[in-house]
Amino acid sequence: MERLLNVEKLEKRYERTHVLGTRKEVTALKGVSFSIGRGSTLALVGESGSGKSTLAFCIACLERPTSGRIVFDGNEIAALDEKQLCKVRPQIQLVFQDPGRSLNPRFSALEIASEPLLVQGRLNKLEREDRTLGLLAQVGIPQAKALQKPDEFSGGQRQRLAIARALALEPKLLILDEALSALDCSVQAQIANLLLELQSSLGLTYLFITHDFAMAGHLADEIAVMEQGRIVELGIADHVLRAPDQEITRRFIAATPKLGAAALPPGAR
Amino acid sequence: MRFFFRRTMQAAFLLIGVSILTFLFSALAPGNYFDEMRLNPQISPETVAALRAHFQLDRPLPVRYGRWVSSLLHGEMGFSFAYNAPVAPLLWVRARNTLLLTLTATLIAWALALPLGIWSAETRGRLPDRALSGATAALLVIPDLVLALGLLILAVRSGWFPTGGMLSVGFESLSPAQKFRDLVRHMELPVLAIVLSALPILVRHVRAAVAEVLDAPFLRAAASHGIPRRTLLYRYALRAAAIPLISLFGFSVGALLSGSLLAEVVMSWPGLGPLLLESILARDLYVVIGGVLCSTAFLVAGNFLADVLVYWADPRIRTETAEK
Amino acid sequence: MTPLLQVQDLYVAYVSRDGKKSPALEGVSFDVRPGEILGVLGESGSGKSTLAVALLRLLPGNGRIQKGVALFEGQDLLRAETRALERVRGARIALIFQEPSLALHPTIRIAEQVSDVLAAHEPASRQALRQKTLQLLGEVFPTDAARIADAYPHQLSGGQQQRVLIAQAIACGPSLIVADEPTASLDPTTQREILGLFQTLREKFNLSLVLITHNPALLAGLADRVLVLYAGKVAEIGPTEQVLTTPQHPYTLALLQSVPRGLDEPAKGRKSPLPVISGEAPNLAALANGCRFESRCPDRMDLCTQREPAAVTVSEAHAVACFKHGG
Repeated sequence: MERLLNVEKLEKRYERTHVLGTRKEVTALKGVSFSIGRGSTLALVGESGSGKSTLAFCIACLERPTSGRIVFDGNEIAALDEKQLCKVRPQIQLVFQDPGRSLNPRFSALEIASEPLLVQGRLNKLEREDRTLGLLAQVGIPQAKALQKPDEFSGGQRQRLAIARALALEPKLLILDEALSALDCSVQAQIANLLLELQSSLGLTYLFITHDFAMAGHLADEIAVMEQGRIVELGIADHVLRAPDQEITRRFIAATPKLGAAALPPGAR
Repeated sequence: MRFFFRRTMQAAFLLIGVSILTFLFSALAPGNYFDEMRLNPQISPETVAALRAHFQLDRPLPVRYGRWVSSLLHGEMGFSFAYNAPVAPLLWVRARNTLLLTLTATLIAWALALPLGIWSAETRGRLPDRALSGATAALLVIPDLVLALGLLILAVRSGWFPTGGMLSVGFESLSPAQKFRDLVRHMELPVLAIVLSALPILVRHVRAAVAEVLDAPFLRAAASHGIPRRTLLYRYALRAAAIPLISLFGFSVGALLSGSLLAEVVMSWPGLGPLLLESILARDLYVVIGGVLCSTAFLVAGNFLADVLVYWADPRIRTETAEK
Repeated sequence: MTPLLQVQDLYVAYVSRDGKKSPALEGVSFDVRPGEILGVLGESGSGKSTLAVALLRLLPGNGRIQKGVALFEGQDLLRAETRALERVRGARIALIFQEPSLALHPTIRIAEQVSDVLAAHEPASRQALRQKTLQLLGEVFPTDAARIADAYPHQLSGGQQQRVLIAQAIACGPSLIVADEPTASLDPTTQREILGLFQTLREKFNLSLVLITHNPALLAGLADRVLVLYAGKVAEIGPTEQVLTTPQHPYTLALLQSVPRGLDEPAKGRKSPLPVISGEAPNLAALANGCRFESRCPDRMDLCTQREPAAVTVSEAHAVACFKHGG
C-alpha cells in the first residue's frame, strides 16, 4: 500500500523561557519515525506529555521540526519555506479536542465551516455557501442549524462542525488530536461512525491521537505507542493489542476500563 | 534577580528617553521664555539677547542637554527663568504638596472602593449592585473639570469649605493642632474631587475581580468542604481577586504625581499641577522638563511596583507550571 | 440495613433571568447504603452534576430545589438550616468536583488548602493541623507527601491534583463521598490509580461512594450498584452486574452497545460502525408529554408518547422506568 505520510527521525527541541529569564531546553520529540498508508488510520497512543500534540503540529506544518524528514504524498515538507507550505497545509487538517475553544463563538456554523475557503480565496460567495452547506449535511448538521452559533450546539454537533471545517479544503490527511476525548460515550460512538463513513466515502487518511485504547483499537489499522517523545511500539492494531511488546503498552491495555461481557451488539460474539 | 536588574535598566532608559524627548519638543515648539520680554518696548533687544546668552539658550541643543544633565547630577535640575532659582527645590515643595493630596485621596479611594466593590459583586444583578453601577456610571460620565468646578461652587455658595489654597493666611501663628486642622480643612475639597473622579473606575475593577472569583469553581469546592462563609470570602475570594487588583494598585501609585492636576488648578492647591501649567505657558523650559520627568519617574516606579506586587502575590508567575 | 442516604422524589430546576424554568432533575429517588459504591451513569444533560451539588445545596444562584427529601443521618439535608448544613459539608458528606485544576485555589499552598478543611470542622493548633495534613496527604501520596504539601496547585499534574481533592474529601472522615467525573481529564493509567485509590479508601475507612460518570466501563468491577440517569429522571437502577450485562432500559442497552470494544473485538469487528443512539439528548426546557427517551428509542410504542413510565421492579433490587416492563 502506498504510504501517504512518512516521518523519519523527527526531532523537536524548544526552549522554554520563564518570565524571570531562566531558560530550559525541552526535547519534545526524539527521533520519531513512522508512516501511514493511504486511506488507513494510524492511532497514536500515549500519556499527556509524551509529545503527541507536538508531533501533530509538526506534521500539520504549524511547527517546524528541529531535524528529521516529513514526506507527504511523495514530497518532503519539513524544510519548505512559508510560501510553499501554504500549498501543503490545506491537504493536512487538524481537528482539536475541545470544540468549545477551537470554534469562534461569534461566527455562525456556516461562517466557521466556510472560513478556510474564504481564506484560500478559491470560490466565490455563492459557491462557498453551496459547498459549505453540502459539507454540513455530510457531517450530519441539519441545514436549520447552519446559521446558529456554536453555543447553541451540543458537544457532538460542535465536533461535527469542526470536522466540516477541516474537510472544507478537501484534505488528504486528517489529524484528530484527542478529538473524541471531551465527548460523552454515546456521542463518541456517533462521531466515530461519522469518521469511518467519511473515510470510506472520501478516501481520507487519519492520524488518530488518543489515550483511549478501546477507541484506538476500534478505529485503527495500525497503532503507535509514544512515550516521552519516542515511539516505543508500532504495528498492526491486532498485534499491538493482543501481543504487545512493550511494558508500557501492556500497562495501557490493562488500565483501559473494559465492559467485558456487558451488553454487546447483536452478532458480535 | 535578573528580572529586576533588567527592569531597572529599562526604567533608566525610559527616563533618559523622556528627558531627551521633552527637550526636543520644547526646542521645536516656537518661542521661548524671553519672547514676552521682547515684546516689551521698554526692554532693549540687547538685554534680551544678553539674558538669552546668560541662560545659554543660544547654544546648540546637545550642549544644553549635556549641561542640564550635569545640573541634574548636582541635584539642581536646571534653572527656572520665572522664579530665578534652581528648579529642584521648587519642584520638591510642589511635589510634596501634591503628594499630600494624592496619597490621602488614593488611600481614601481604595478604602471606599474595596467594600463598595465587594458589596456590589456579592449582590450582583440585584438592587445594590444596580444602584452602584448607576452611580459609578454617572460619576464617570461627568467630566472631571465639571466635578471640580461644581465642588468649588459648592464651597463658595455654602461657605462650608475654604475656597482654595492650602493654608490660611496667618498660618504661622497657629498652634500645631490648629495648623493641622487648617491643613485638613483645605484638603477636604480637592481630596473629594480626586476621590470622586478615581472612585468609579476602582469600584468597577474591584467588582469585576471579585465577581469573577465568586463564580469560580474553587470557591464552590471550598464551600462544599464546609468552610464558613466569612473565611470563604476573605481568605479564598479576596486572595484570588487581589491579584488583578494589586497591579491596579501599583498603577494608582504611578499616578500619584499626575492624577491631580485638574483639581489642583481649580482649587488653587499649590502643587505640581499649577506649576507645570504656568511653566508650560511661560515657556519656563527647565521647570517643564523637571516636572515631566518627576511624573514619569513616578509612573515608571508605579508600573514597576505593580509588576513586583503581582510577582509576589501570584505564585504561578514565580514558579514553573508542572508538565501536564 | 438502613440506608445511609435516602433521596426521595427530588425535583431541581434552573430559573433564568426572565423566569423561564429549565428542569434538571425530576422525581429522582434512590438510596445509598453504608459502605457501598453507587455508580451514577449519565451523559451531558442528564442532570448528574446537578444531583451532586443539590444534595449539599450548593447549586449555582439560579438553581432551585423544588421538591424532595434527602435523609441523611437523621436530618433532611434539603431543609436543614445553613449552620447544620455547614457541619455536614466536608465533614459527613464530601464532594469532589470535576476538573481538579479548577477546584483548587490557585494561589494557596496545598497544605493550607487541606488544613482549612480540617480547621473548618475540628479546630486545632497549627502544629496539630500540620501533622494531620501530612498524614492525610500521606494516604493519597505514598511517596512525596511533604513536597506536595508545600507546592501550589499549578505545580502538580492532573492526577496529583485529583489526589489532593481526595485528601480534602477524606479529611474529616465523612461517611459519604460524591465524586463527579473524578477521572474525566486523566490518562488511563492515572485514572486506574485514582479508581484504585477510591477502592482502598473505601475499605480502609468504610466509606460510601457515589461515583458519577458518563463512561459505563469505569463502573464495571468497581461499583456495587448502578443508577442510570437520563434527561433528569432515573431510567434504571440495580446491581452493577445486572444493569451492565442485562440492561432493562432501552437507553442503558443502547449506551452500552455504543462503547467500542477495541480491546477484545475480533478483527472483523474493527472499523465497523458502532450501534449508536440516534438523535440528541432532549432539551428539558421544551419537553413533550410521554417518556423522555421515546424519540430515540428503538422499541417505542404508542403508549410512550402519552405519559411517563413509573419505576417497576424487575428483579431483586433492580428497577426500571419503562413501559416494556409495565409502569
